[in-house]
Amino acid sequence: MSAWQAWFVARARRRFAMSRECAQLLPRVCAALADPRQPGSDDTCLEKLLDWLRDLTELEPTLNVVRDNPCLTEFFTSVLALPEPSPSILSFTLRLAGLLAASEDCFQHLQQENLLFRLFGSGGTLNRAVWEDASVRSGWVEGVHSMMHHQPALRFLCNGGGIDVIFTLQGDPSLFVASAASQLLVHMLTLSVESETTTPLSEKDCNWPACAQMIIKHIEDSLQSGCASHINQSLKLLTSLFGSCRATWTEVLWLRIAKQVESFLIEDSVQTRHMLANLLLNMSRSPVFCDTEGSFWALVTSALEHLTPVQAGPLAVGILSLHKCPQDVRIQAMTVLLQPMDCILRAASQPLEYAGLLDESVSDPSTVESLLSSKSSCASLLCQTLAHLEKLLSLIHLPVDLPYTSLLRSFVTILQFCSGLLIPATPLGSKISQILIGCGRVQKSALDALAALSERKGCDTVIGSLFDILLVYLESPNTSPTVLKKSFQAMSKWLARLPEMSCFNSQWPTEKILQDVFLVLQKRLCSPCWEVRDSSLEFLTSLIKSMRDQDEFRESLLSSEVPKLTENLLEDPESYVRASAVTAVGHLTFITYSLPESAVAGNQYNKEDTTAKLQDILSTDPESFPRRAVISIFTKWLKQGCTGQAEDTEQFVSRAIQTVERDLDWEVRIGGLELVEVFCVQALCRVGLPKCPYAPASSTVTSSIQQNESLQIFCRAKLFKFLFWSLCDYDKPVGQKACDILLVLRASLSPSSMLKDCQGAGDLSAGRGIPWLQRTLRQGSLAQNFPTDAGNGVDFEDPESMMLALGTIDLEELHDELNKSSDHVEKSPQSLLEDILATVGTIDENEADCY
Amino acid sequence: MKLYCLSGHPTLPCNVLKFKSTTIMLDCGLDMTSTLNFLPLPLVQSPRLSKLPGWVLKDGSTFLDKELKECSGHVFVDSVPEFCLPETELLDLSTVDVILISNYHCMMALPYITEYTGFTGTVYATEPTVQIGRLLMEELVNSIERVPKAQSASMWKNKEVQRLLPAPLKDAVEVSMWRKCYTMPEVNAALSKIQLVGYSQKIELFGAVQVTPLSSGYALGSSNWIIQSHYEKVSYVSGSSLLTTHPQPMDQASLKNSDVLILTGLTQIPTANPDGMVGEFCSNLAMTVRNGGNVLVPCYPSGVIYDLLECLYQYIDSAGLSNVPFYFISPVANSSLEFSQIFAEWLCHNKQTKVYLPEPPFPHAELIQTNKLKHYPSIHGDFSNDFKQPCVVFTGHPSLRFGDVVHFMELWGKSSLNTVIFTEPDFSYLDALAPYQPLAMKCVYCPIDTRLNFIQVSKLLKEVQPLHVVCPEQYTQPPPTQSHRTDLMIDCQPPPMSYRRAEVLTLPYKRRYEKIEIMPELADSLVPLEIKPGISLATVSAVLHTKDNKHVLQLPPKPPQPPASKKRKRVSEDVPECKPLKPLLSGSIPVEQFVQTLEKHGFSDVKVEDTAKGHIVLLQEAETLIQIEEDSTHIICDNDEPLRVKLRDLVLKFLQKF
Repeated sequence: MSAWQAWFVARARRRFAMSRECAQLLPRVCAALADPRQPGSDDTCLEKLLDWLRDLTELEPTLNVVRDNPCLTEFFTSVLALPEPSPSILSFTLRLAGLLAASEDCFQHLQQENLLFRLFGSGGTLNRAVWEDASVRSGWVEGVHSMMHHQPALRFLCNGGGIDVIFTLQGDPSLFVASAASQLLVHMLTLSVESETTTPLSEKDCNWPACAQMIIKHIEDSLQSGCASHINQSLKLLTSLFGSCRATWTEVLWLRIAKQVESFLIEDSVQTRHMLANLLLNMSRSPVFCDTEGSFWALVTSALEHLTPVQAGPLAVGILSLHKCPQDVRIQAMTVLLQPMDCILRAASQPLEYAGLLDESVSDPSTVESLLSSKSSCASLLCQTLAHLEKLLSLIHLPVDLPYTSLLRSFVTILQFCSGLLIPATPLGSKISQILIGCGRVQKSALDALAALSERKGCDTVIGSLFDILLVYLESPNTSPTVLKKSFQAMSKWLARLPEMSCFNSQWPTEKILQDVFLVLQKRLCSPCWEVRDSSLEFLTSLIKSMRDQDEFRESLLSSEVPKLTENLLEDPESYVRASAVTAVGHLTFITYSLPESAVAGNQYNKEDTTAKLQDILSTDPESFPRRAVISIFTKWLKQGCTGQAEDTEQFVSRAIQTVERDLDWEVRIGGLELVEVFCVQALCRVGLPKCPYAPASSTVTSSIQQNESLQIFCRAKLFKFLFWSLCDYDKPVGQKACDILLVLRASLSPSSMLKDCQGAGDLSAGRGIPWLQRTLRQGSLAQNFPTDAGNGVDFEDPESMMLALGTIDLEELHDELNKSSDHVEKSPQSLLEDILATVGTIDENEADCY
Repeated sequence: MKLYCLSGHPTLPCNVLKFKSTTIMLDCGLDMTSTLNFLPLPLVQSPRLSKLPGWVLKDGSTFLDKELKECSGHVFVDSVPEFCLPETELLDLSTVDVILISNYHCMMALPYITEYTGFTGTVYATEPTVQIGRLLMEELVNSIERVPKAQSASMWKNKEVQRLLPAPLKDAVEVSMWRKCYTMPEVNAALSKIQLVGYSQKIELFGAVQVTPLSSGYALGSSNWIIQSHYEKVSYVSGSSLLTTHPQPMDQASLKNSDVLILTGLTQIPTANPDGMVGEFCSNLAMTVRNGGNVLVPCYPSGVIYDLLECLYQYIDSAGLSNVPFYFISPVANSSLEFSQIFAEWLCHNKQTKVYLPEPPFPHAELIQTNKLKHYPSIHGDFSNDFKQPCVVFTGHPSLRFGDVVHFMELWGKSSLNTVIFTEPDFSYLDALAPYQPLAMKCVYCPIDTRLNFIQVSKLLKEVQPLHVVCPEQYTQPPPTQSHRTDLMIDCQPPPMSYRRAEVLTLPYKRRYEKIEIMPELADSLVPLEIKPGISLATVSAVLHTKDNKHVLQLPPKPPQPPASKKRKRVSEDVPECKPLKPLLSGSIPVEQFVQTLEKHGFSDVKVEDTAKGHIVLLQEAETLIQIEEDSTHIICDNDEPLRVKLRDLVLKFLQKF
């Protein structure tokens, strides 16, 4: 065990171990829980109690826990003796018993008293009326699942008839119980095969252990039953098994049932085909099957052919995401996803005008065509296919090459259909057109897919019509706000790709398209709908982020009305819009900041003006979103060096933090601390102190001078007042952040060495202050507000006092204190037990009250 | 049941329904698109318009140059604008009993009908419809009358001459029918024939049919109409809206179970979503004003303007337009703004509840109070003192041919900073702008038409399930400019019947039943006989008395007494002669029992054959055939009357008489 593991275990022991107090409380708790006269206890408490006992069994041998606390077995006996136990208590009992029986010796111990049989066996809970309650059945399944870690438990279940109960529970009306039962069978099958077989199983030599044999027979019987619900249960079980177990024996099992499963694909009557996609997908991910050649992949191919396009879609995406897969299966999977797109392209154009995406000999498009021409299925098939394609296109390492150009053409065509612009050339096209016009769902999916496609290279040829249709969407008054937002996102992604498109510059002047975009943006920024104004500003920000280095972009933007309108929106009545306007204006500054003086002088791009406006929002805006945006933009400006010379920056930061230190929103205050952090790092770097990784090593003498210099900057900028105030912040994250920054400052400024030089100075200048500060921080620190009277004697702008403070205050202890969770006192097991007693064990007092 | 279609304009309908001896005119819309062929009437002398060159024919003839002027390649009639009236020749309009008005836009031709055709009936409309309709008419008359035109052009209307003119004048239909605007006395006379009605009020027409107005959700007081008799129901849907704007919501439920649904007045811009258009309107308005330009909104003095002002009320602060003045100029501006606030019962629920707070239902009251919205009867007078730019002006007429708008077009047309925003869908904005070309000002087309679109129609028809739908032919095919948009037409089963101007449709519904009342004394005398459980029959002998479309069965007159004296009967007392009644028969003949009975009566050689409709009983010896079918029995024997009577009596034994 490594040192940290040992430390971890020791800490866990400290935290969870059974203390003397707990040992005294537990019997009372057990007695109270088993007392039928007590009111029902809180389920959350029971969960916590179970969690604690689980932790306990992980730290100590379970048998010891049970022997040391006989109240636990007594609790089981008492609950069993109750004529009508409450469902929640019985469920808790079953889960606890299962938990304890997970250890083999404890299992034997409990069995000696016949407790497990009475709880889980046929003579016990199963025959009680309370079994009707789903929570009891769920507790039973969970209990059995917990104990299922050894052969005796397996045998107990299989020989005692318990396994039949689990088979029945697979079809339980409660979906939780049914699902848990299925998981339990998977677990039992795996345990049985892996613990009870000595020689590896093979198709020829296949001696399944008894329990596994029972489960497999059940699976086979269900599959052959012809009953859809039974078949579904078994297919679910198999799906889960092949998804979790990658052992070679799973193939042996598969060979027994493969024929039967295969038949489901061909028989139309069986209502279980939709389950097959998941099953085959899980199998294809298992090395046991994906490495085999032949039958399995043939089955997958057949599934891709026989399942409906809607059922086969998820399977096709899964297959195409696999790195190991035969090429012909991939082609088949691709056909499933591309066929609807192919039909769209064919429906939209004259037969010979465009060849389509797929060779017609590969697949028969009639099914997809009929789905697309029906009002009820067209939109959902397209949405689903587009979502699958988007998922694939978003994968960083896509193992297959998709026909990107044709895909782009098909997405554009769908968008044209939806906007009613496309004049279809075929009857199918007319039908599709009629269904899709104005269909927001399909528009959104197509725009998402389009945005994802922008990451791929090689679609340059269709780019003209792409920008045309996106502009139509941005321009059209009929575009809904959500579709507009997605259109903006797609447009921004594709615009970012403009420079690298070779064909574009020659055929389509970038300048023209940017002008069009800014023209429409101008209009959208004036929209009466705030969502539209907001997404327009977000779009502008994202454009600036990705294109600000390009001359054409900068010129088009600055020559449009957009910057002026954006600045107007700083006064928007909607706070979200103001926040987005702040971010956009902040990003605009990155462009205007680098403009030559002549371009800036006297016009709208005056940085001082912008800063003053943002500073004004920071101090006066009644909503927190715009203020958060301002402080975050200030930090970005600082990071990117847009705040001017060092002196200007110092003043800028100082002004900002003096505004935010009084802010009521903790996120704004955190934002202020982030600004301080960046400022500190930059200041330390500038003077060459070690916080900066690239700073050259300096001699001790120069280092001391540099330290002093930075310290003075920080004091002048009133950083320390803000940082120490923040330590006492009501909101813990603020305190934590401030503490982190102070720790960094202490490390960089090394006050210990400096303190030597100014020994005694602290006592003289701030003797009353520092201990007071320390005391305040230690005692009431995090509970009471920091007094603001000036007479407290702490001079936060005095470098020596601050150095003294940094050196004297135990920041590590503060850090630990701040990082403790707020409920660390209440979270102890003792507190939990007391809580339970307080809510449940009040009966004596009540009785006394009766007199 | 016949429908005479007098107007070809789908949103300005004028149809006449002949139904059960009543003649009902459904709306009388006035097609004003004809005015687009005329030069605008400027309030202030316009040097530009007065200098336009006369139009010269290809062969150099100049005889039309006084009547027709050319402007940027288009030819306009230089005369007082004229309107295209509904057909007046298709049927004698003096026979129209009533006119039902559905909304104030659809009554603009009313004076032409009531004052020129010998009409003597009644017009039914709701109060807001009448009041706002009056405002629209007043504005129209005022706009035209205050700019008198010395000359009147009529030469171009000559068929031979018209043939030589360029489009669109060449293709203008029925120019001989075009008429100058009516006068205020005519308006007053027409409006005096209107009887006010409320929603769901039942109005009896001659006892034959009942008409009921229902809220149509389109405009203040706008209605659809139900025209029904006891067994037939015709719904007239004209200008309805399902959007939540200011009027009361549309009453759809009452349209259910119609035999015929006449559907007119759908949106003229089916591809434009009104919400999007309002957004577009606001964005363009803000952009123009921010750049220092003025905005001109040509509009009607009532209707969408209320919604636009409400929208702007919410928008101007957010867009930083609080200091920009809004002007509403119309001779009826004041009345329109005030009327809108007093028709609380005709407003949507939200606005109705405001009245009880008490608050004005429309926020334009606040705009007026805070001086953000100012209204003037015309550009003369106070307006010229208060006028500040940049500003937003709402004024009429949307055709840009008359009204104060003409002045602003002339004033602002030269600057590209200004924008004209078209919100009314009735006129093609390009045609409206044609006489102002070349034009520097920006033009934005934001037609806001809240009337039903085709998706809503399809849902409505599914919901109310009429047996037959009748609509203008424009709704049965995609718009001519977008022939691929098959979604922009009415799609229902059975397919709708379509009509066009000057067509007479025989509606496919056949009347089958009529309600008849039985006098109590007659009812007393009936003795019903139960022929099946729950079904009783009685024969009735009575006299059918019909008066005012009501039918009453009365006791038959007593049989004539033998004359007490030998006086001759007076002719006037002649009453219908009552013949003795033959009893009616009912029941069925059980063949086996019938055969047994025959055998009992000595017919030994009875043979029964089954046929498709019943049985044939054959009496071989007597050479007689008895054919028994569900609704008839025949005895066929050779001139043996006693045998026939005998057999008949045997048959009758099995049947009930009453």
